[in-house]
Amino acid sequence: MAYPKTLGESLRAHGVSRRGFLKFCAATASMMALPPTMTSAIAAALEQARRPSVIWLSFQECTGCTESLTRSHSPTVEDLILDVISLDYHHTLQAASGEAAEHAREEAMRENFGHYLVVVDGSLPGPDANPGYSTIAGISNYQMLMETLEGAAAVVAVGTCAAFGGLPKADPNPTGAVAVQALAGDKPVINVPGCPPVPMVITGVLAQYLTFGKLPEMDRYNRPLAFFGQSIHDRCYRRPFYDKGLFAQTFDDEGARAGWCLYRLGCKGPSTYNACATMRWNAGTSWPVEAGHPCLGCSEPKFWDAGGFYDALSVPPGNTGGTLLAAGVSGAIIGGAAAALAKRRQKGDEAQRQPVKIDELEQKL
Amino acid sequence: MIDPMDFLLWTKGPMFDWAIAIFALGMMARLVEIFMLGRKPNYAEPRGSEWGPGFRTILTRSVADAGTFQRAPFNVVIGMIWHIGFFIALLLFIPHIELIYSVLGIRWPGLPNPAVDAVTAITILAMIGALIHRLRNPVMRHISTFEDYLVWTVTFLPLMTGYIAYHRLIDPYPLALGLHILAAEIFLIVLPFTKLTHIFTVFIARWYNGAIFGRKGVAS
Repeated sequence: MAYPKTLGESLRAHGVSRRGFLKFCAATASMMALPPTMTSAIAAALEQARRPSVIWLSFQECTGCTESLTRSHSPTVEDLILDVISLDYHHTLQAASGEAAEHAREEAMRENFGHYLVVVDGSLPGPDANPGYSTIAGISNYQMLMETLEGAAAVVAVGTCAAFGGLPKADPNPTGAVAVQALAGDKPVINVPGCPPVPMVITGVLAQYLTFGKLPEMDRYNRPLAFFGQSIHDRCYRRPFYDKGLFAQTFDDEGARAGWCLYRLGCKGPSTYNACATMRWNAGTSWPVEAGHPCLGCSEPKFWDAGGFYDALSVPPGNTGGTLLAAGVSGAIIGGAAAALAKRRQKGDEAQRQPVKIDELEQKL
Repeated sequence: MIDPMDFLLWTKGPMFDWAIAIFALGMMARLVEIFMLGRKPNYAEPRGSEWGPGFRTILTRSVADAGTFQRAPFNVVIGMIWHIGFFIALLLFIPHIELIYSVLGIRWPGLPNPAVDAVTAITILAMIGALIHRLRNPVMRHISTFEDYLVWTVTFLPLMTGYIAYHRLIDPYPLALGLHILAAEIFLIVLPFTKLTHIFTVFIARWYNGAIFGRKGVAS
């Protein structure tokens, strides 16, 4: 599949002005924490970039990630960047179906072997699980991923399910779900977690890959540092209230109305790394904490199993009060028994005491 | 290698329950035994009250007398600083208050985080100072046992890991937080079986001291 048009040409054909394009490049530079002088470099690189072939695989997912990407009210440069990258295969978005759809995937793989990007949303039943839990066109998710990965340049795991297993992998994990990186072998994996991820983060990662032709700098969980380098807590506009010790105690008290910190209502911001606090949602309108709801920690591994959403981060998930009481009562019984034993021994010793008089001792000597 | 998030969930879940159980069992066993064994009955006619002098001594013995201060000013000042700092960090940090509230159902106002942070830093430095003093002073070194160093370590680690977690000096954060929780759990487990028990027994012992003197009608 040959793509004579460059990205710049495609964007112009879609009616994106030079000004709009440069604004996008400047925004990309700033969110990747690059100096403003890099804007022209990004613009030049994106302008010349050939449309990369992208195969988008959707496995055990809810389509929320695709919704996040496509449901903007007005077309943005980010949308167009996605439109003009060649989405050769996307279950939800493509017009083709059945044999034709699978044919498109196989053709894209063959023609761009070694160069295409694989984007995955959703987890998949692992190699040891029953493959019947999720199949597409009769092909198990596992088989489809392994086939598609063969000629991939890199794989982008979009959403927490693809990145960490997400909801399908939550205890007791009935489908034996695994994350993409568990199966990717030596293929480079970029995790873009979130339930769903911020749209700009997805496009930002793709833009960075196009600009620099290499993978972004990543953290321990293979998340691009440009977007996942700081915790929600550290960038939260309510942080001053946390530091001052001002907390909303319920969802409708004075503190909640005054916009105080939501830590006590279960906010997982301190342990969550994502770009919500800086990039916000719905074209920068707002984000969960600004809307008055604590962060659920959706871009972290095992966020479904990490305790109650409305319990403060430091609260243990188990019934610790019950454990404390039971152990305390047991301890009291043990202590009481030990003391009673000691007293009994003392009494026994007293009963058997054989007093000796000094005269008797002297006689013995 | 264990996943950091699995580690954090283990420290917050099963390990926390084990630590709490061992702590509560050990501490209750020791306290109940101490109270039940009691003291020998005193048949002499009391010359004064026990309660007043008992409680007064709890307060007065918490402040070093002039002689002690002159002999060991470093011990007194550094000891005071880190003991008070430890309790401020433990009891007035908001996440700790939330934890206690979830277990015991009682809560109180906390301090702003930067204040707790500063206190923690001072406490850490004071504890390091105390250790250096223990190692350098010949008498202190001579009378120190393995238990003294163990107790210092298990007290120091929760402070140090807490400071590290708060400032995110270990990546990823779940590992830093998990290490802090684990350090606190080790402290809880070791507490009932070492001289750390003094957290609970010190005031009982001081009360007894005062009470004995009070009964005899002499100044405590």
